[in-house]
Amino acid sequence: MYVAVKGGEKAIENAHAWLAEERRGAIDVAELSLAQIREQLSLAVNRVMAEGSLFDPDLAALAIKQARGDLIEAIFLIRAYRTTLPRFGYSVPVETGKMACDRRISATFKDAPGGQVLGPTFDYTHRLLDFKLAAEGEVASAPEALPRTNPTPHITEFLTGEGIIQDEPPSDATPGDLTREPMEFPSNRPLRLQSLTRGDEGFVLGMAYSTQRGYARNHAFVGELRIGKVEVQMDIPELGFAIDIGEIELTECETVNQFKGSKTEPPQFTRGYGLVFGQSERKSIAMALVDRALRWKELGEDNMGAPAQDEEFVLSHADNIQATGFLEHIKLPHYVDFQSELELVRKLRREAEERVTMKEAAE
Amino acid sequence: MTQHAQFSGGFQNAPVDAAHAFRAAMTVMARPGKIRELKGVLPPGPLSVATGTLLLTLCDQETSVHLAGRINTSEVRNWLVFHTGAPITSAAEADFAVGTWDELMPLGSYRIGTPEYPDRSATLIVECDELLPQGSTLRGPGIKQASHLSLPDVGVLQDNARLYPLGCDFFFTSKDKIAALPRSTQIGAGD
Amino acid sequence: MAENSDISAEARRTWMGLLARVPHDALEDAWTKAALSPKFEWLRRPEVGGVMIQGRTGGTGAPFNLGEMTVTRCSLALQSGPIGHGYVQGRSKSAAEIAALVDALMQTGSADQVKDRVIDPLMRQMNDTKSARAAKAAATKVEFFTMVRGEDT
Repeated sequence: MYVAVKGGEKAIENAHAWLAEERRGAIDVAELSLAQIREQLSLAVNRVMAEGSLFDPDLAALAIKQARGDLIEAIFLIRAYRTTLPRFGYSVPVETGKMACDRRISATFKDAPGGQVLGPTFDYTHRLLDFKLAAEGEVASAPEALPRTNPTPHITEFLTGEGIIQDEPPSDATPGDLTREPMEFPSNRPLRLQSLTRGDEGFVLGMAYSTQRGYARNHAFVGELRIGKVEVQMDIPELGFAIDIGEIELTECETVNQFKGSKTEPPQFTRGYGLVFGQSERKSIAMALVDRALRWKELGEDNMGAPAQDEEFVLSHADNIQATGFLEHIKLPHYVDFQSELELVRKLRREAEERVTMKEAAE
Repeated sequence: MTQHAQFSGGFQNAPVDAAHAFRAAMTVMARPGKIRELKGVLPPGPLSVATGTLLLTLCDQETSVHLAGRINTSEVRNWLVFHTGAPITSAAEADFAVGTWDELMPLGSYRIGTPEYPDRSATLIVECDELLPQGSTLRGPGIKQASHLSLPDVGVLQDNARLYPLGCDFFFTSKDKIAALPRSTQIGAGD
Repeated sequence: MAENSDISAEARRTWMGLLARVPHDALEDAWTKAALSPKFEWLRRPEVGGVMIQGRTGGTGAPFNLGEMTVTRCSLALQSGPIGHGYVQGRSKSAAEIAALVDALMQTGSADQVKDRVIDPLMRQMNDTKSARAAKAAATKVEFFTMVRGEDT
């Protein structure tokens, strides 16, 4: 039972004032600007956009500043803001095949047409702290080479011709939208992908790792990982045609999974898919592994009873705003509930003591 | 000039005007038979001011609209799409349907909701020559004793009320006046 | 429909898309330099909203909803008649207004002037940014060589 509390206004006001002061930190240290956060903590900005489910780097930077760097709190702020926006419509599906790639690698095809492009990656760094960054300094601009002008084709395109990899036939089906209709089970792949792409990075990573450790193992390789910008188009009714309404950075991961065949499907490679706002490499690989694990039914695989195969379990717990809302509410005043619990425990203890006394008396 | 008309006539100050309009629409639906003024929008003909204002208040990309008969012109369609983004649809799929009573009928064409989701039903916006507080006797939720409203076809509306909790809801408009009839109202013959 | 019949949808799509994508400060700079201030009336005042972006499963399959982006839009009519629509990424009402004014002016006799002073410089700027990134990406292109296991030469 929930019982309202009242009072405490002055203390709450003072707590918020202190929060603002603590947020600012020592005033002899320069204040962070939103542009600094956006430009220099861009991967945190990307995470807030992905899990806040709203692509707007300036707003994400503001949220991070306001939340003092607590990214889940920042995501909460973005989710709350996006509910205030009127919905202008739905974009035309983005064409990731036309991405201007900053990075594009394949773990499976060494000589992928279009080449292996490392981009600004942490891979192959030695993970040693770089104390030079502790001092201010100029950064030399990165070397340049003759740029590619043609679009970079998806690697899986080269396999689909052979029929050796499961196809992704195009469709114009209208997908369900979690922001409009609550999730119902059983779900479907478009809804699962929407839920995973805005899901908590740590949760999706843990689920993906569980499949690699043997809980519904699906033998994933990164067929292709690409990061870059794509144009977003929307049909404009008053014009009668579609125009670009912007340009966003995305990370896309396609896994190629070994598959020995099932009751319904021939032996072939199957696929998992990850697509996430910003440069969010770990998240998109994890998303692809979990997507693949959740596809067991349509591929005629056995249900191993693994957590990553259970869509109700995965999708109901992937959202960190739902999770933290429910988790954190237990710290708010519950005095009346607890009083009744206390009464109950005292009564049970009394009864237990009485039973012991009676037993001793009888002996 | 017709080009211009497609884009003009919207609310002057949308947040405030639409809130007033919404309040009027809610009031007439909550008080069946009550007639109120509803204006703020200048729609292309033959839409009335009240109908145009109601459409811009209630419709967006997620509410489909059926335009029945004479009002289904390219001018009205373009105007509505620019200001609301609402998809134009058939009677069977519509969230809102607009027209004169005769053009809108038969009532069986519209969605009446399902027992789990009675709200998945159509709301009809009926353009009338005039709206008068006389004629049929209305009783039920939101009405103290009885109220009176000039209704187009008592028999059909009584049948609709018998479907409760399913059925359609109605707005009646004439120039800048509006009244409403929810499915929960019982309708008696004239007094 | 709204567009002037002798302006192709393709041309209009190109400039509207550019205006939507360019950074707001670049757009405002170019507009200020162009020193144009046509008289107009609002048809739809600037409003900030969200657009749900869709992707496709596996890059080519069924659509799914990826998340939203912020967009600001407005519509206006020049005193001389032409109607301009502005759609820009992000939350800038002034950028949306400039985009709509440029869209409208591109349908008038001032089109060449506007193209010269606003569209072309912005297009060059966007292309420069894009090719600079592509050049840096190209410099990180690798050729991996597979080694035979046990090889020690």
